[in-house]
Amino acid sequence: MTYIQKPINHHPNLKKNKLGLTRRDYEGAVSSLCAGCGHDSISAAIIDACFELNIEAYKVAKLSGIGCSSKAPAYFLNDSHGFNSVHGRMPSIATGASCANDDLLYIGVSGDGDSASIGMGQFVHAIRRQVDMTYIVENNGTYGLTKGQFSATNDKDSPNKYGEENPFPPVDLAALGIQLGASYVARSFSGDRDQLVPLIMGAFQHKGFALLDIISPCVTFNNHDASTKSYDHIREHNDALGKVDFVPLGREITANYEEGETVEVNLHDGSKMSLEKLDSSYDPTDANLALNTVREKNDEGKVATGLLYIDTKAPDLYETLNAIDKPLNTLNEKELCPGSDKLKTINQGLN
Amino acid sequence: MEKLQTFDSLVSKNDFVIKFANVNGSGSASANQLFAKAVFRMGIPVSPKNIFPSNIQGLPTWFEIRINKDGYLGSKGSVDLSVAMNPQSYNQDVEELNSGGYLLYDSSWKRNFYRDDINVIEIPLTSLCVESFTNAKQRALFKNIAYVGALSVLLDMEYEIFEELISEQFASKKNLIEPNLKALNIGRDYVLNNLSYPIGLTLERMGKNDGKILISGNEAAGLGAVYGGATICAWYPITPSTSLAEGFEKYAKKFRVDEKTGKNLYASVQAEDELSAIGMAIGANWNGARSFTATSGPGISLMSEFLGLAYFAEVPVVVFDVQRGGPSTGMPTKTQQSDILACAYASHGDTKHVMLLPEDPKECFEFSAMAFDLADRLQTPVFVVTDLDMGMNDWVVDELKWDDSRKFDRGKVLDFEALEKMEEKFGRYHDVDGDGICYRTYPGAHPSKGAYFTRGTSHDEYARYSEDGEINATNLRRLVQKFKTASELVPDPEIILSDKKNCSGVIYYGSTSAAMLEARDMLKEEGIELDLMRVKAFPFNLDVWDFIEKHDYVYVVEQNRDSQMRTLLMAEGGISAEKLRSLVWFNGQPIEANFIAKKIREREPEKI
Ligand SMILES: Cc1ncc(C[n+]2csc(CCOP(=O)(O)OP(=O)(O)O)c2C)c(N)n1
Ligand code: SF4
Ligand SMILES: [Mg+2]
Repeated sequence: MTYIQKPINHHPNLKKNKLGLTRRDYEGAVSSLCAGCGHDSISAAIIDACFELNIEAYKVAKLSGIGCSSKAPAYFLNDSHGFNSVHGRMPSIATGASCANDDLLYIGVSGDGDSASIGMGQFVHAIRRQVDMTYIVENNGTYGLTKGQFSATNDKDSPNKYGEENPFPPVDLAALGIQLGASYVARSFSGDRDQLVPLIMGAFQHKGFALLDIISPCVTFNNHDASTKSYDHIREHNDALGKVDFVPLGREITANYEEGETVEVNLHDGSKMSLEKLDSSYDPTDANLALNTVREKNDEGKVATGLLYIDTKAPDLYETLNAIDKPLNTLNEKELCPGSDKLKTINQGLN
Repeated sequence: MEKLQTFDSLVSKNDFVIKFANVNGSGSASANQLFAKAVFRMGIPVSPKNIFPSNIQGLPTWFEIRINKDGYLGSKGSVDLSVAMNPQSYNQDVEELNSGGYLLYDSSWKRNFYRDDINVIEIPLTSLCVESFTNAKQRALFKNIAYVGALSVLLDMEYEIFEELISEQFASKKNLIEPNLKALNIGRDYVLNNLSYPIGLTLERMGKNDGKILISGNEAAGLGAVYGGATICAWYPITPSTSLAEGFEKYAKKFRVDEKTGKNLYASVQAEDELSAIGMAIGANWNGARSFTATSGPGISLMSEFLGLAYFAEVPVVVFDVQRGGPSTGMPTKTQQSDILACAYASHGDTKHVMLLPEDPKECFEFSAMAFDLADRLQTPVFVVTDLDMGMNDWVVDELKWDDSRKFDRGKVLDFEALEKMEEKFGRYHDVDGDGICYRTYPGAHPSKGAYFTRGTSHDEYARYSEDGEINATNLRRLVQKFKTASELVPDPEIILSDKKNCSGVIYYGSTSAAMLEARDMLKEEGIELDLMRVKAFPFNLDVWDFIEKHDYVYVVEQNRDSQMRTLLMAEGGISAEKLRSLVWFNGQPIEANFIAKKIREREPEKI
């Protein structure tokens, strides 16, 4: 048996959300990933975010490419449609799907091999077009599924499991995202659920391309001492730019921060991202500052995490295409087919 | 004193070939089209073909117009009148002219041509235009209109038609009408005042184009996609398919904009490459919107992986392949039918795809709309395979028709109500009806039923990942069953039998029709009769096998080197190699009747 369905009898006292659903209602099949794989923690965080946001699973579409990471969508949101496509090509599937129906929430899950190598072209162009989706890269610096080759996000000199050093510099997907105009860019760590869940919630509520570059250690191939993508390394070098909180519509921010210590950004649906700044000069709406900060931290050997950049005004692809509000996939013959009279006029123009 | 003519000049009414030799990028195309349209308006069958280089400016380009009162509009392969406007190609243009033919050239720079069996018509076009226009761009551009004017007198055409066409063409830029008419008359007046006219080749009004239109296959296919309900076009520019996506956009802008909001009932996305273009089309179809991509051979190669996914995960998608000369980048601006196998078996593993093979722009329109129904019904990629010749050239075809009672066939889709009523567990790949086609659902259809995980990995009836070999084999067998169902849904072949018994059969398809029908008539005059079958689709249905069965020999006429259709027939029907005689043409020009007739004549003596 290659597919394991979880038992459906739930504990009666599990916490319920506004839809009367428990966290378990957002689960998927039993994961077949290695025990301890970062990707499973990200799935758990996605489930938390959906539960907290009272998301109706059937209004979500889960999309992925190929890799251990790309299998993850099978392990959350059983009641959502999913599309496990081909290696590196999820962005184009997402683009087409979101043109067809702008009303669903698109969650794309990819890997660093999937996005930074084979799928780099599609990744870049989905961002440029500002496809309205949440794009999660489960970044482990390696090709998990094909057994531990270097990926393009692996740091220079960081060795593989067999001690060989990586001769090439890495692609920084978050920096690339900012540069290309992704309107929501965050970096996080699969081991930091407190930071990850609000960032995912913010991404879901954001309109436009939300990129989450999540360091997600591969316990089997890239978690050794010298690796810069190991649990230990990230824990030691994680440099959070601020404490992020997601504030749903209708809830007030309760914590008392000194003035100037927080930034608030209103999201599309009226909810807010609030950022308690650890570094008082950081402003996530300033793309240049974001890029410089990411780069500086890199140079210091640190990994900048948190909400790096946000722009809530950028038009998404559907808007740019000037497509009607009603989803294109709901239109019928009457709305779509010009009919025989119009064809007669066309004929007249061609003779 | 005039030289004594030592040869017979060609004399023909409404039956000859004119070839314009121009410099690419010199603005000649619209003048040549104007001329062709004028012939069309005179009710005379005409087929203009643009023979152009893969170049933006500077290389030689030709525009060949066959005029034939009997309606034979395939390529003829010989030239009666050459309008030689490009000194670079004089040698070739003079060389290929039929004896007794006519050469019109720009005698602003006088030349002697080595042949003494042709009529040379001298008109100093450049000098005339320099005298009449001040602006350098206009001088160059209107030279083209001036030779059209000259031809109108030399061939005894109706002047009013040109006036009419020019005012139609510039209806929205009225200030251009006057200079165009002026240029036209520069050419006319020169002939009227200095040359003898008409020449031996003349045009006389006929009534043969009533109920006909002049349209390219790409424009017709783009229009067909609008009529067929396509809402999303994802494409990447490539000759000769680009104008198909543009055709879709042109008509969508006309018919698919909401009057109240000004918003579009369609989306067209120029993708970053063909991998992405097909991915977008698949993503949109998966989500329940009709979507397509248009490409040519190189794009098909790039789309291969995704086509296998769509086949195996059973996602509808329509792909237009406007074939050009291959292999590789090949001859990007020349025509061939050399992607037949690449489309039929696109992608790794056991895959097979539905193909529709229109013969002309009218069928491009019809098959385009039909492709969306078939793709939805069969939940699989459907190729509409055309070629550069019919895709980019304007062909005379019957007016397009649409039946308003026609409904889109969205295939087996379970919507909210259907899912609500459903008691058993939904199985995406469960062959409930036994025709190999299962039921699908769109994302977001129902809160608790119908969700599944689309994947390219092996899967069971519930779309769950499975590595069980038997489960996978069962699924693969069902896809064969589905393909069989497809053979019953695609259009039947067109069979044209001769009155004579025991003659050989001929199989052909696509743009070969015109030349094939002409060759058939030529051979018939000589006593060689043939039964014809035009294949319109793959998979082949019983009629196709029956036709082959009933003939001792069947010629397979096609425009590629390797007899790809013949290979497909042999592979799919177990037909023996001896029975299927390959007759191929692959020089990048549209296939010619003379060639087909010659090849069949060579092999048929035993039959007479
Ligand atoms: C066209 C193609 N080439 C190669 C592969 C093999 N392949 C499968 S997964 C993978 C790399 C996955 O790496 P990543 O995206 O980082 O995912 P991870 O397994 O690390 O989560 C490769 C090369 C494939 N499936 N398709
Ligand atoms: S190989 Fe690595 S990435 Fe793949 S499941 Fe195991 S730990 Fe996760
Ligand atoms: Mg990886």
